[in-house]
Amino acid sequence: MHQFTIAELTQGLRRKDFSSIELTQHYLDRIARLDKTYNSYITVTPELALEQAAAADKRLAAGDAPALCGVPIAHKDIFCTTGVRTSCGSKMLDNFIAPYNATIVENYLAAGMVTLGKTNMDEFAMGSSNETSYYGPVKNPWATDCVPGGSSGGSAAAVAAHLAPGATASDTGGSIRQPAALCGLTGIKPTYGRVSRWGMIAFASSLDQAGTLTRTAEDAALLLNHLASFDPKDSTCVERDIPDYTATLNNSLAGLKIGVPKEYFGEGLHPETAAHVEAAIKVYEKLGATIHSVSLPHTHLAVPAYYVIAPAECSANLSRFDGVRYGYRCENPKDLADLYKRSRAEGFGDEVKRRILVGSYALSAGYYDAYYSKAQKVRRLIKQDFVDAFTQVDVILGPTSPSPAFAFGSKTKDPVAMYLEDIYTIATNLAGLPGLSIPCGLVDNKPVGLQLIGDYFAEAQLLNVAHQFQQATDFHQQTAPGIE
Amino acid sequence: MAVDRSDIAKLAELARIAISENTADQVANSISDVLALVDQLQAVDTDGVVPMAHPLDAVQRLRADEVTEPNQRELFQSIAPATQDGLYLVPQVIE
Repeated sequence: MHQFTIAELTQGLRRKDFSSIELTQHYLDRIARLDKTYNSYITVTPELALEQAAAADKRLAAGDAPALCGVPIAHKDIFCTTGVRTSCGSKMLDNFIAPYNATIVENYLAAGMVTLGKTNMDEFAMGSSNETSYYGPVKNPWATDCVPGGSSGGSAAAVAAHLAPGATASDTGGSIRQPAALCGLTGIKPTYGRVSRWGMIAFASSLDQAGTLTRTAEDAALLLNHLASFDPKDSTCVERDIPDYTATLNNSLAGLKIGVPKEYFGEGLHPETAAHVEAAIKVYEKLGATIHSVSLPHTHLAVPAYYVIAPAECSANLSRFDGVRYGYRCENPKDLADLYKRSRAEGFGDEVKRRILVGSYALSAGYYDAYYSKAQKVRRLIKQDFVDAFTQVDVILGPTSPSPAFAFGSKTKDPVAMYLEDIYTIATNLAGLPGLSIPCGLVDNKPVGLQLIGDYFAEAQLLNVAHQFQQATDFHQQTAPGIE
Repeated sequence: MAVDRSDIAKLAELARIAISENTADQVANSISDVLALVDQLQAVDTDGVVPMAHPLDAVQRLRADEVTEPNQRELFQSIAPATQDGLYLVPQVIE
């Protein structure tokens, strides 16, 4: 059963080939048996899952169940889940039992989906390797001596190891697309504002967006149908019609204009990664698309602008963790200042503290204009690059990350080297555009990701473009060695 | 721009994060590395560019001034480190 895609599972449940309880138990058994190797889950919720599966079976029997009813899903541990620990990968929230559900968790419960548990992640989503998690690193199912990417590394490893048919994830600078690339999956980050951020623990509020990790673009479309919603509780959520994302998957790509930015093929890109992306371009030409060179001249400024804006927003957002209302509190504080300072020093890991300090610096008196205001101006230049490109082309194509999965510890000593892992994904977040990654080949038996970037709210088109590639190729059907 | 131990002490105070004396230099070095990366921004001509705060340049959505949240004090305080009589407990602030 774990070999089926979400689309196949919805059919199997309807044909009564298996019940949701059988399917859920099968996944729970696999997790219990195999996740010691991968560490992809922080918390597994078997009782809750079986209770939800029983309810789903009743709805299925009644005959009016929504499409996804009875299908299991794993949630990144950044999304609040009522009565279940929501740690965000941090010691700070190790004891935090969320008192409410994130809107997207509610959406999937309403659709009848079954929550298997909460997946591992870089602490507060700050990282590109899942090595900053308080709960230990996640191993890449394709090569267990390598990272799965981050920050949604647990969600990616769980889906790649067939420990969940799909998982939610979040993307602030590439945290869905880069793990998708490194684990051979389909990962979509929708347009900023398409999906509610309510109940998603905030890192950088103007960049954060929830999305999914799945095996196919079709599955991503099925999940996005319920992920996207207008939510009055998120003031940045956009009120706009939500199409059926599965309806246009089979549209022809004849005449589609694909832009290839020359800045995404420069120094630092692994030559074999580049070769696989070039081969993917040939596939699209065969499918009837035309290829156009475009320029995004401010690309090299995306990482520097991000590492002002994201830390600045994070320093404000994470000020709420004070040891008073919830979360970690230090032992025997001698006064209130000591309570704040030691709770935060002991509760946060090094990378989180580094970003809070950088953000505090960028926002402090005398530096605000030179750093924060300057970065916000550069951000507009980066957005304008895309606006100009989308007057010429329909979608933009390039690599997702500069190279395949890297070994544990190889970038942890040098934060700046780790930051450059997101060199092709960060600009999309700064601009607020939708992006996705799909597998397009293997290098040394490790997956390579192809990134597609769409215009604002063009998720349906992106999924169509990804699905057509998956109809013409079988990279998405390849599974990690040893995963049956 | 590089930062030193005294800058780190100031930032630690702003961010309310205790940083021990023996790690201050190491923290200063790693923050300086990040600042060296972002200093590339200084060379960019941004005259006349309006700072971008929101990807869609959206403005704050308003709603009617109505009560929407019920009181959930007990639920929320059930996960607090220390409470008493419905209040959050902290070390004594006023003598």
